[in-house]
Order: sequence, then structure tokens, then C-alpha cells
Amino acid sequence: MPRRKGAPEVNAGSMADIAFLLLIFFLVTTTIETDAGLDRMLPPMEPPTEEPPIIRQRNIFTVNINRNGQLLVEEEIMDIKNLRAAATAFLDNGGAPSGDPEHCSYCKGKRDSESSDNPTKAIISLKNDRETKYSTYITVQNELVGAYNDLRNREAQRLYGTDFVKMEAEYLNPETPSSVRDELKDKVKRIQELFPQKLSEAETSKNQ
Amino acid sequence: MLHLNRKNKSKLPEISTASLPDIVFILLFFFMTVTVMKNNRLLVENTLPNADEIEKLDKRDRVIEIIVGRPTKQYTSIVGVESKIQLNGKFAHVDEIGSYVLAEIAKMPEHLRSVAIISLKIDKTVNMGIVSDIKEELRKVNALKVNYTTFEGDAFNNLQ
Repeated sequence: MPRRKGAPEVNAGSMADIAFLLLIFFLVTTTIETDAGLDRMLPPMEPPTEEPPIIRQRNIFTVNINRNGQLLVEEEIMDIKNLRAAATAFLDNGGAPSGDPEHCSYCKGKRDSESSDNPTKAIISLKNDRETKYSTYITVQNELVGAYNDLRNREAQRLYGTDFVKMEAEYLNPETPSSVRDELKDKVKRIQELFPQKLSEAETSKNQ
Repeated sequence: MLHLNRKNKSKLPEISTASLPDIVFILLFFFMTVTVMKNNRLLVENTLPNADEIEKLDKRDRVIEIIVGRPTKQYTSIVGVESKIQLNGKFAHVDEIGSYVLAEIAKMPEHLRSVAIISLKIDKTVNMGIVSDIKEELRKVNALKVNYTTFEGDAFNNLQ
């Protein structure tokens, strides 16, 4: 009887096939999903004792959305497509006369004394009904954020020759080297200070 | 002809495929590690609206999801057709949001707690009433960073 020399070798020829099968399974099931959306900060709960600050009427841009998705902007009915332009005009108005401490040197608006004094003072107030559709609300939010981004892009182009949105994306990207990020941080901050996002959302009107 | 073939064969040595399994295994491990099996089934309809002024939400470790929408067909007989909130694979009431968010924040490592983002995945057809209630609850627990998660696209498509 011939004796065997150790265990017989296992044929590894099909290993590649098995691995391929597994690989294809994981390839198919993997969805590298990155969600995206509109970033917003909710207002903090205000202490009940605190007096609300007094804001001049002309510095507030009111946007009301009713249950049918119609817009009432500054007491006038407006098509949603014109909202971005109207918001841009309001923010960029710079109504304070030169010499006034609130004078806006970089604004390119009409300088209407009935509209906002300075972008840093301008507030957009958004109100909606409880039965407003969420999709309409997102469109309005998108247009208002768009108005801010347009103005910030303009200033970033003027000061640094690049778009604000691009700068911010690069700043937030964790792969950007920290030396570049530190430099961008100041720039992003400066632009944000020129056009601070002041979007107030009052509690939804309940019985109107 | 035969002669020619033999000549060619001797010139081009066969490519060794011995390392092929290794290469495939490396790829396999890569995909195994990056795969996240979706663990929460959607209990509600969830078609997000479109927007184009969006920012990416790529750091998954600090995101807390809240899903809102109408219940899918198989649940309408149990919970009705009104919009519902889904937290972590279960239907929830508005009052539960605060404690859920705080519990999720407590689970995070300490350095992420202050930068936690609430991702609101809300169906297009939902009314703003429930959304306002959710925002109010979030304000109560001081979770103020929210992201209205949307698809990328023209925002005016929402209106149709």
C-alpha cells in the first residue's frame, strides 16, 4: 500500500470565481449615498423676559405663503419666479445715506430710503400657513438662500476673484490642506459678514 | 502554419493569473467595508423636493435623520393616511422627537455633539403644520442645526 505524503493540496483555482461572485454582490448592493440639502439654523428659544429688539419696518422683508402656495411679498402678490430678484433688490438696497454710520459702501442697489438701510440690518421674515405644501416652502427657501448666495458671489468676485459658493465648498471640504483652509476661513467670514443671512421664521400662523 | 504558431507561443509567455484572487480580494474587502446595509426600512412615502442651492451632507457620523411622509400602502390600514413621522424604523409622535434627538446626540462621541445636524427628510406632499411642530420640538431641545434634505434639481419643479 503506497503511503500518502501529507494531505492532498486543495485546488484553489475556483477561489477567484468565488471572490468575484462576492465582489459583484457587494458592488451591486453598495450605494455610496451622500445626501444634500439646505442647511439652516433654527432660532434658539428666547428667554421670555427679554424684550424683542426694535426693528424698523423698512428693514424687514416679509414673505407670506398661503395654503394654496401663493406668495404675499411686502403686502403684494408676487410670482415665485420673481422672488429671488425682489429679495436681492431688498438686501442690496443700501438705503442709508453716505455719512450715516449705517452707510453701505459696496451695495449696488437703488438706495431707496423706503427699503433696507444696510445688508447687515436687513431681515427676511418668512411666514407660512399650516397647510402650505412643504415643496412650496422648500422652493421659497431655495430662492431666498439663492438671493444671498448671488450677492455673496458678487462680493467674492470683486474682492477675491472667485465665487463664494466655491470658496465655501473648498473650506468645508475636509481634504483641503489646513493652510489653505485657514486662509479661506477669513475670506469666507468676511463675505458672510457683508451679507449675513438673517432669515427669520416666525411660528406658523394658526388661525387666520 | 503549425510551425509559425509554435514560434509565436515561445515568444509570448503566458500572463500569470496567480495574483488575480488577491486583487479581487482587495477590491472585495474595500466594498465590504464601505457598504452600509440600509437598516431602516421606509415606512412612509419619501420623495424629497428639489433644490439647487444645496450643501452636501457627507459627514455621516453627525447626522440624525427624521423622516416624514404619508404611510406606505401596507400601513395605511393601521395608522391612517395622515402624514407620520418615522424615527429609527418606527412610527413616532411629535412629542417623542425631543427625547429621540437627545438620545442620539448622547450616543455620539463628545467632540461631535456640538456639531450634530438634524437631517429632515420630508416628503414633498407633507403640509407645513407638522414640519413647524417638528422645528418647535427641535428648538426645545436646542438642536438648532437642521438640513432640509432635498434632491438636486430645479426648485421650480416642486410647484407642478
